[in-house]
Amino acid sequence: MASQKTIKIRVKRYIPEKAEEPFYSEYDVPYSEDMVVLDALNYIKDNLDGSLSFRWSCRMGVCGSCSANVDGKPKLTCSSFLKESKGDSILVEPLSHFRTIKDLVVEIDVFVKKLKSIKPWIIRNEEKPIADGEYLQTPEQRDLIKQTSMCINCMLCYEACPVFDMDNDFIGPAAAAISYRSVMDSRDDGAKERLDILTSKHGVWDCTYIGECSVVCPKAVDPALAIQKLKAMGGISIIKSLLPKKK
Amino acid sequence: MENLSHDIIIIGGGGAGLRAAIAAAEQDSTLDIAVVSKVYPMRSHTVSAEGGTGAVMRDYDNFDLHSFDTIKGSDYLADQDVVEYFVKEAPKEVIQMEHWGCPWSRDEDGHLSVRAFGGMSVKRTVYAADKTGFFMLHTLYQNSLKYDNLTFYDEWFATSLIVDGNRTHGITAINIKNGSFGALHSRVVIIATGGAGQVYQFTTNAQIKTGDGMAMALRGGVALKDMEFVQFHPTALPGTGILMTEASRGEGGYLVNKDGERFLKRYLPEKMELGPRDILSRAIMTEFREGRGLEGKYGNYVHLDLRHLGKETIDTKLPFVRELAKEYVGIDPVYEPIPVRPAVHYMMGGVNTDINTQTSLEGLYAVGEVACVSLNGANRLGSNSLSECLVFGAVAGREAAKKAKKLAKPSTEVVAKSVAREEKRVYDGILKNETGNESIADIRNDLRRTMEENVGIFREEKKLKTAADEVKQFRKRWGNVRVEDKNSVFNTNLTAALELDFLIDIANSVVRSALKRTESRGSHYRNDYPKRDDTNFLKHSLVFYEKDKLRVDYLPVTITKWQPAERVY
Repeated sequence: MASQKTIKIRVKRYIPEKAEEPFYSEYDVPYSEDMVVLDALNYIKDNLDGSLSFRWSCRMGVCGSCSANVDGKPKLTCSSFLKESKGDSILVEPLSHFRTIKDLVVEIDVFVKKLKSIKPWIIRNEEKPIADGEYLQTPEQRDLIKQTSMCINCMLCYEACPVFDMDNDFIGPAAAAISYRSVMDSRDDGAKERLDILTSKHGVWDCTYIGECSVVCPKAVDPALAIQKLKAMGGISIIKSLLPKKK
Repeated sequence: MENLSHDIIIIGGGGAGLRAAIAAAEQDSTLDIAVVSKVYPMRSHTVSAEGGTGAVMRDYDNFDLHSFDTIKGSDYLADQDVVEYFVKEAPKEVIQMEHWGCPWSRDEDGHLSVRAFGGMSVKRTVYAADKTGFFMLHTLYQNSLKYDNLTFYDEWFATSLIVDGNRTHGITAINIKNGSFGALHSRVVIIATGGAGQVYQFTTNAQIKTGDGMAMALRGGVALKDMEFVQFHPTALPGTGILMTEASRGEGGYLVNKDGERFLKRYLPEKMELGPRDILSRAIMTEFREGRGLEGKYGNYVHLDLRHLGKETIDTKLPFVRELAKEYVGIDPVYEPIPVRPAVHYMMGGVNTDINTQTSLEGLYAVGEVACVSLNGANRLGSNSLSECLVFGAVAGREAAKKAKKLAKPSTEVVAKSVAREEKRVYDGILKNETGNESIADIRNDLRRTMEENVGIFREEKKLKTAADEVKQFRKRWGNVRVEDKNSVFNTNLTAALELDFLIDIANSVVRSALKRTESRGSHYRNDYPKRDDTNFLKHSLVFYEKDKLRVDYLPVTITKWQPAERVY
């Protein structure tokens, strides 16, 4: 098929053992309407350059591995279609708010530490035995945690967050959203403990409410809103603690 | 890399691995436990499970009924003592997950909702919308972070088990992030690496599902059991293989051929869309063969029609199906039927274990899809696998914790020898092989095509022999494989070569077992032997690695109270 349409994929590379500085590689990849950027990357790896490194797994937008900047926008490469690109080439770069390990692979241990710091497990004053069955939760109560439960830890919100860019210690959108979910869970008793963590240094008060995190989220989570609500709850919690205790 | 040592090492951080890790950590806080995974745990393939988790939760249901459905679904190849234990534990595990915060879907009264599923005679599939695996995985992972005696080795690639005589002493692994190689010593190892769907061209499985743990166990001297039983899920998107959950049919969706006919009335008039996966997949393939499939860019397909369910049901019960169909095939199921076809989904077979998840090696356990504890026999029922990960994950963790207290520390001598040998194999033999000229992708594509064409839903001797011959060629070609990337840091070219190495062993095991089983049972259908043959084959297949060859043997099936009968729905 001589008429096979191709598209140019430009990839920002970094190979620490080869060069201190990043460089760009260009590849011509066969184009079809139903191809996503990840397909193009795999075509490159399989046929043109086996040394290109990138993460991926489920290729259905739920494992959260394959994030990158596509034409300057943070995206899951498995769900960004080549046809969405306007020009005749597509630029793929690693997330820039994280240290690059190699090519499109970035160090996300920084997020795992944040996740652990917010105690994402259920906190309960008293645990009932398994034999006593489930903690009842109405569909309405469940709806309160529905949206923030959708976070796939893909890091796109951190890439969109200017505060995280300035300060890697900032708790950031995903961790805050996950914590908000815990606070709102009718089965959880840890709200005070969680708000204490979230309102401490590098916590939710550092958010300047740009709101880009919610724009780029591929799962329609709204971390910006969650953070504003946490601020409100945290504020009330602080005021309460300052008020004299009733006798 | 310094030599690292733990009491228990768990390979794999998906549903089964994390459940095992938590069980072990809770059993004994003095134990030092490590989870080694080639991806961050929340990327594990459990994340893609959609429909739900099977368990007896209602008064109208009972353990015997869940057992019988499972055993009948397995075409009587499940071990019935395993099934009976499983059904009793499953509800407890579902409640445990609830206590850990899993956002299960709820009824108005606040109790966990249940939905219908294929081959289950009553509603017993607990769910969290249609992202059940995703929610379970994140719940398990987030909970696992609270245990101080759990260490995570994220993005470490296990290459082999360290075995001496009849026990294991740990694993060898590559730290993918920096390319260093070494041993992780341990008294006990639990393999929880999941399935091997990537051995086929067309699969719902993530790219990481390359049968690593199965192949490592096989090479370590442990048998793989029932490998010929490969589950084809009836409804995946053409092209990508993305899963359209069985819950679509559980909630009332129809399967329709090109004439607009609900064709299952000719195959399963009683069950229709809620039949078991093996029978549904064969029905769809028969429609294709007889010219009643629709035709698309990726071959034949049928329609999964959800339109009559209405927008509200689709949005509350099946939001992910809607999202995926819109995103990947540009179809909104509220208004249009979804194109689907069968795709490889699940390995019923795996590392041979007993009811306690123990393998034939002292200190080695296996659990989840990688294992074959014989819950699923010749065909797994939808929603039993997530429960299996929980029930037997907990068993594996507890058993491993007990064993770790009994077994002596691993022998440093054995470990050193294994590391040296394995490092030579991986680095000198594969990475630094300068003369290799076979492309990883070419061999992998050929392997997956062969399996698809010759070891698919309908099998026969001639085709299976073709596959066997070709797999031999792939093994030869792999010996001459070229790893282009010579760098140490995050070398996914090297790990792809190692995954392909594992896949070839998996393919070989499937083909060998399939050739020898000259009957049709569950997912294993032989055109040349279309009947089930209980006289000769009411038994599990075992494959052993012997001097680079595979030997096939058999093991009896455990029957408790359900005598094998004809499987009619």
